[in-house]
Amino acid sequence: MGAAPQDQAPGRGEAPYGRYLAYLQAGQLAYQYSTAAARPVFFPRVRCPYSGRDCLEWRVSQGRGTVYSTSVVYPRKGEPYNVALIDLDEGFRMMSRVVDVDPHAVRIGHKVAFRVAQDPEGGDPVPEFTLLEQA
Amino acid sequence: MSNTFHRGAAVIVGAAESDLGAVGEACSPIDLMAQGVYRALDDCGLRIDEVDGLFCATSQSRLAGLALAEYLRLPEAYIDSTSTGGSSFMGHLVRAQAAIAAGLCDVAVVAYGSTQRSLGRKQTSRAEWNPYESPFKPFLPPTAYALAAARHMHQFGTTREQLAEVAVAARQWALRNPAAWEKTPLTVEDVLASRMVSHPLTIRDCCLVSDGGGAVVLAAPGRAAQLAKPPVYLLGSGHCTTHQTISNMPDLVETGARVSGAKAYAQAGLGPADIDVLGLYDAFTINTILFLEDLGFCAKGEGGAFVSGGRIAPGGALPVNTNGGGLSYCHPGMYGIFLLIEAVRQLRGECGARQVPGAEVALAHGNGGVLSSQYTVILGGAATL
Repeated sequence: MGAAPQDQAPGRGEAPYGRYLAYLQAGQLAYQYSTAAARPVFFPRVRCPYSGRDCLEWRVSQGRGTVYSTSVVYPRKGEPYNVALIDLDEGFRMMSRVVDVDPHAVRIGHKVAFRVAQDPEGGDPVPEFTLLEQA
Repeated sequence: MSNTFHRGAAVIVGAAESDLGAVGEACSPIDLMAQGVYRALDDCGLRIDEVDGLFCATSQSRLAGLALAEYLRLPEAYIDSTSTGGSSFMGHLVRAQAAIAAGLCDVAVVAYGSTQRSLGRKQTSRAEWNPYESPFKPFLPPTAYALAAARHMHQFGTTREQLAEVAVAARQWALRNPAAWEKTPLTVEDVLASRMVSHPLTIRDCCLVSDGGGAVVLAAPGRAAQLAKPPVYLLGSGHCTTHQTISNMPDLVETGARVSGAKAYAQAGLGPADIDVLGLYDAFTINTILFLEDLGFCAKGEGGAFVSGGRIAPGGALPVNTNGGGLSYCHPGMYGIFLLIEAVRQLRGECGARQVPGAEVALAHGNGGVLSSQYTVILGGAATL
């Protein structure tokens, strides 16, 4: 049961999350695009989940999107905060948060823009979003 | 894919809960699992040494099948401890029937146990780190269901009051079930005024955190014929896994229950109008609304209006979650076994003040993960075989 020869061993830095993280560290929101299925793929994977083929290319999002759904989490300690699902204009969805605004003011359908947030505790940077001025 | 399902290949002959509620820190999840097994065997008159198939899952044991085989001293029993979260036991039921039909075992138990209330949820269901979700600190599972509820409200005008109606109906059923955790009435206003957990869901939109376990027993038809309790049959089943993580759910307002339900109805040769009593995995109030829609009891988007005015409460047109549900009866983390136990009891006519008169067909719908795994089973009494 040997590995298929076209498989690229996902070594350190080449693992899907490693590539994604490297883009984030460079200030970019990256996603994969399947040339076989002609559609974006997110979260990043070792191969295209639509075809099983080795046909994923990395692309960089323009970072504009729309709030697909939103919640406000009430922790036992501390202030309520936003958790949202964002549909990026390129056609993929991700979890993130909308910041610099009252978490209850975030509405489904709001247009948002990506930025990188550094983790104050030294963890990996993450994507977060701010509201674009509503038309 | 060939269909190896044979209606009547096995019979559900026993069903029982373990102790429920708060059992204390000294009790183990396998204690409750085994207690459920022994009581379910007592229920039908079979002995433990006749059991040769073990189907079980719990979030508190990585090797639940081995733990149960050790506890019950059944070294040669066939084991399946697949976990699809709270829906695991619907899968166990289907595969127990298939295993009996294939001659792998003759008497199978499907079992569950959990002490998550006594030990605390963090110790019993440790979250797995996901770099695409965990950094944003969703409070899981509630936030995932809150995102679905918010989307349903946005698309269809569903209201928090309509969500609350689900909790109120469950509470009214629970007041008719002596085994239910909750003992006092609940109003829509109570639900809305409760502590917010993850907007738009309050603590009363969320299931209980209890201890508990239980089991059902299946037997080959020849063995089952010698037993006293009325037989219950698996008439159809269906499963669908749309995602694991909520950010990968294709559509937050349509669950895999649409697919799992259609498969189960097709296999059973039945439709929603044939279902006498309905058990829907109500980990959160939005679940009941989504599953009523996806299983064909009302049109997509109309679930909020459908549950209003007491329609699913005692005395309403459609009896849903007659045991009081995960919202008011019992929810130790993986609730599916309790849907099976209640369906069996309703079909036997054992439910006392909450009995649905003349119930012949029951649908039990399991949910696992964050609306991830949907598993529908349709059960019936002897007249339906």
